[in-house]
Amino acid sequence: MDEKPDTEGKREEIVREAHEMNFIDRLYLPALLKGLADTFRHLFEEKFTIEYPEQKRQVYPRYRGLHRLNKDELGRVKCVACFMCSTICPARCIYIVGAEAPWPDREKYPVRFDIDELRCIYCGMCEEACPVEAIELTEIYDMVGASRKDLIYNKEMLLEIYDRTKEKGGMKKWI
Amino acid sequence: MAETLVIIGVALAKIVVVFAALQVTIMYLVLAERRISAFIQDRLGPNRVGWEGLLQPIADGLKFLFKEDIIPSRADKVIFVIAPAMIVLPALMTFAVIPFGGVLTFGGIKIDLQVASIDIGLLYVLAMASISVYGIIFGSWASANKYALMGGLRSCAQMISYEIPLGLSVMGVLMMTGTLKLEQVVEAQSTYVWGVIPRWNIIFQPLAFLLFLTSAMAENNRLPFDLPEAEQELVAGYHTEYSSVKFAMFFMAEYAAMITSSALVVILFLGGWLVPGLEALGLPQIVKELVQMGAFVLKVSFFLFLYIWVRWTFPRFRYDQLMRLCWKVLLPLALANIFVTGIVMAM
Repeated sequence: MDEKPDTEGKREEIVREAHEMNFIDRLYLPALLKGLADTFRHLFEEKFTIEYPEQKRQVYPRYRGLHRLNKDELGRVKCVACFMCSTICPARCIYIVGAEAPWPDREKYPVRFDIDELRCIYCGMCEEACPVEAIELTEIYDMVGASRKDLIYNKEMLLEIYDRTKEKGGMKKWI
Repeated sequence: MAETLVIIGVALAKIVVVFAALQVTIMYLVLAERRISAFIQDRLGPNRVGWEGLLQPIADGLKFLFKEDIIPSRADKVIFVIAPAMIVLPALMTFAVIPFGGVLTFGGIKIDLQVASIDIGLLYVLAMASISVYGIIFGSWASANKYALMGGLRSCAQMISYEIPLGLSVMGVLMMTGTLKLEQVVEAQSTYVWGVIPRWNIIFQPLAFLLFLTSAMAENNRLPFDLPEAEQELVAGYHTEYSSVKFAMFFMAEYAAMITSSALVVILFLGGWLVPGLEALGLPQIVKELVQMGAFVLKVSFFLFLYIWVRWTFPRFRYDQLMRLCWKVLLPLALANIFVTGIVMAM
């Protein structure tokens, strides 16, 4: 017991010191002036505002935004219409129509590939499930549409997203 | 005859100029409030409409004009409509007696830089400030809304209570200057103590200055004394049910009252339009007058900034704290100030 430091008494003293106010403190004027000085300093401090259309938030590398459909070196869609992504999709937002591929290196390719970006929850499970790294989530987060229809992205639109973002290479480098 | 016409013309011109200047100041004060509050909170505030948001007040005004004007079905319609006017009118009328400069001699015509020079200027200001309570009470009562009514009751109690320290804190200044005429109060501050320090009343009445400033903030329902509005408790207080231009009028009245009370603080305690050492420069009369007007505007601007600064720094009082501050702190201090001033003057 005697090894235990006497913290109780010390703590009481600290508390008492913190609460004991002399006459000047009780006028509250020094405290008020301190508060005013604090806010005055903030007038000139750096602002947090990002002025949106001109400036954009720098997203983190793992950010999951709008999908893209990757192309191979010949400019063909990489997708082999295996339906893995639409099967794993918890939001059921991927709609694929597969067909016989016109190329000899694969059996199938997608005729239609629609993603309802309004239903999508951006979980990224489609890109994890994809065996050929055909579907990826980009860093684009500002999709706009005049109607719900505008935000159902079809195959051509998703391929166009790839063209827009391909200079960044593979989206998920850590895989 | 011609002279009378000139006098009438000058008076009308002064009314128009002062009214317009007041309106513009109110508009830009709202913008200043929004931008300064943003800066204090490390934001940018409205900076899109015009350069750095300078056209924002016009956008705000247009928005108010095009909003739907709703009168609640159970409201007392006549009083509901009158109330905004009841609050704007005294707020704007108060400014009539505020002198914002000395005498401008312009082509042989002497122009007092003040709309109305009346002998009981200060008394008039205090009386008008009291009348503005009616606007709030009428508006809150006519709304037939419990939050509005509670806000009205609070503001009634608050404004009547704070008028007492407000009036008493001025007493010290009155005893020293011996006049209620505001321009004479300023003139009395034009001499120097020991030839260097300007004889501004703040030097002799620092306590009265603090009391007046505090009471004026409470009188204007500004934070930390904005209990009549208290968003977290009363939605928006007495103007909960008001929309469109009627709401804008409540807004305008608040800012007009702010400007008037800032001007009053400057006149009573900080030498009004006087600039220490200006006479020594020997400037031409008209330049001197303009410099003095500029000085007055600058001094008032500082207090307007202080109002905004204080609003975004301190939290709101609790109601019992508000009343305790008034009756148990400000009132005795104001009385003590009068007592001490009286003793010093008798010696």
